[in-house]
Amino acid sequence: MATPMVLAEGVHKCYGRLEVLRGINLSVAPREVLCVVGPSGSGKSTFLRCINHLEKIDAGRLSVDGELVGYQQRGDKIYELPDREVCRKRAEIGMVFQRFNLFPHMTALENIMEAPLRVKGEPQKAVEERGRALLARVGLADKVDVYPNQLSGGQQQRVAIARALAMQPKLMLFDEPTSALDPELVGEVLDVMRALAQDGMTMVVVTHEMGFAREVGDSLAFMDGGVIVESGNPREMIANPQHERTKSFLSKVL
Amino acid sequence: MSTRPDAIKAIPVRHPWRWVAAVVVLAFAGAVVYTFATAPDLQWSVVGTFLFFPEVARGVLVTLELTVIAMVIGVILGVILAVMRLSVNPVVSTVSWFYIWFFRGTPVLVQIFFWFNIGSILPYLHLGIPFTHLVWVGTTNKIVTPLLAAILGLGLNEAAYMSEIVRAGIISVDTGQSEAAQALGMTRVLVMRRIVLPQAMRVIIPPTGNETISMLKTSSLAYIATVGELFFIQKEISNFNYDIIELVIVASIWYLAMTSVLTFGQYYLERYFARGASRMLPPTPLQRFRRLLFHFHDPPPVGPFEPLPLYTTHHDDRVV
Repeated sequence: MATPMVLAEGVHKCYGRLEVLRGINLSVAPREVLCVVGPSGSGKSTFLRCINHLEKIDAGRLSVDGELVGYQQRGDKIYELPDREVCRKRAEIGMVFQRFNLFPHMTALENIMEAPLRVKGEPQKAVEERGRALLARVGLADKVDVYPNQLSGGQQQRVAIARALAMQPKLMLFDEPTSALDPELVGEVLDVMRALAQDGMTMVVVTHEMGFAREVGDSLAFMDGGVIVESGNPREMIANPQHERTKSFLSKVL
Repeated sequence: MSTRPDAIKAIPVRHPWRWVAAVVVLAFAGAVVYTFATAPDLQWSVVGTFLFFPEVARGVLVTLELTVIAMVIGVILGVILAVMRLSVNPVVSTVSWFYIWFFRGTPVLVQIFFWFNIGSILPYLHLGIPFTHLVWVGTTNKIVTPLLAAILGLGLNEAAYMSEIVRAGIISVDTGQSEAAQALGMTRVLVMRRIVLPQAMRVIIPPTGNETISMLKTSSLAYIATVGELFFIQKEISNFNYDIIELVIVASIWYLAMTSVLTFGQYYLERYFARGASRMLPPTPLQRFRRLLFHFHDPPPVGPFEPLPLYTTHHDDRVV
């Protein structure tokens, strides 16, 4: 079996005395789309943020593409990674946020070009070409020079996806990408994500969109109280949940 | 489709109190002007004579020089101190805290006076490279000239205030911004320089304009170090001819003229850094003035309007 893109073994995370993650075990294969669902406060966003080390884990092991996140193992000792190394690894993982977080002082194209230029130091011309191509790919070829506040929520989120893709990531994390959108704008974002999944991108998607999870997801995990209660094939799990907690959650969201 | 109804043609609400207020204000202003204009011992001719006196003009230039240099030091050092204060490194943030505590806690006048007299306790300055015999020695009073003493006093003090302004600006930027930048692999320094500080500028600029205007006037404290700025020159001349109020008026006219120019400049700077932040930019002072003259009774303009006028040559004062 190939190295899993994401491998979590007994991952714990505390904020002070509050234990948010209480032993997460899961594995995401390359080209797999994993959807994570669950009630708010169940720790799904926190877990996503641990994957690119925006949050530090307190116990357990978490690795991306065979390498520990935020740490390095030499012999039987674990060393914290220096800031520069953490940044280098983050550059290989794309992340899309619930609130888009586009840079408001830059145009759509500048938003996309910023990281490839400044982080990877790629040549201006190639980056600009790729940026325009990416905007076209998310259906916003005509919005190149527009500032984020002149775009609708759905358009902003598509720019945010293009911005993440510009770094040519090997893994994409989505943190409730459609939760802040008007219902009629949700579709355009999900379409972009569906196309991305079909192109073979490895994705971890925290979402409330059960339809997307069922159609696009290769696997589904239900989280509650900082643990994964149940996981498996999305279609089977939605049709026939095994666990009481999963049943009651699904009955409310479907 | 139904036809569009006619536009409303209503008789506007009258505002009699605006006219009453205008009359009262004009009467009061007239009285004040009359009192000063006809004051028996106030020689307006002296004001006229000294307004463009070469010495006074030189004083204006020194005042501007002091203001600009002190503000440049204040802003640069202020940004550095603010970033240090927010650093994860406890040593660095403590140093910044201590600096602000000290330089904000003592009066500027005292600080200028201190630098002016530093030669009395340290007559010579030694500058050497450690572990070598290369030493450079200088006379303190030759290095710390009155002008440098004033610049040090004003600039170092200003940095303490500026750092708090910059810090407030940095904190005001949504944390989602630095998270998104970090998620793209940007280092802390890059996130600060490219993402956070440019957005913080919008919050930093207005109080910095205030500080600059304030500095223009505070620079008069440099007289204690015998720096030939506007206030010092004014004082020297009136010491000689005893026309104290006349020369105070001369200085005030110059101070007012300079602060007016700065106020105007601040407006355009704010508009520049508001790009991408709001769809409707506030009107420029000129636009407001024209609106006041020609469209007094019109309702205020309503937004949003696009595109941002910054990038157009659109000079109409009506922005509806």
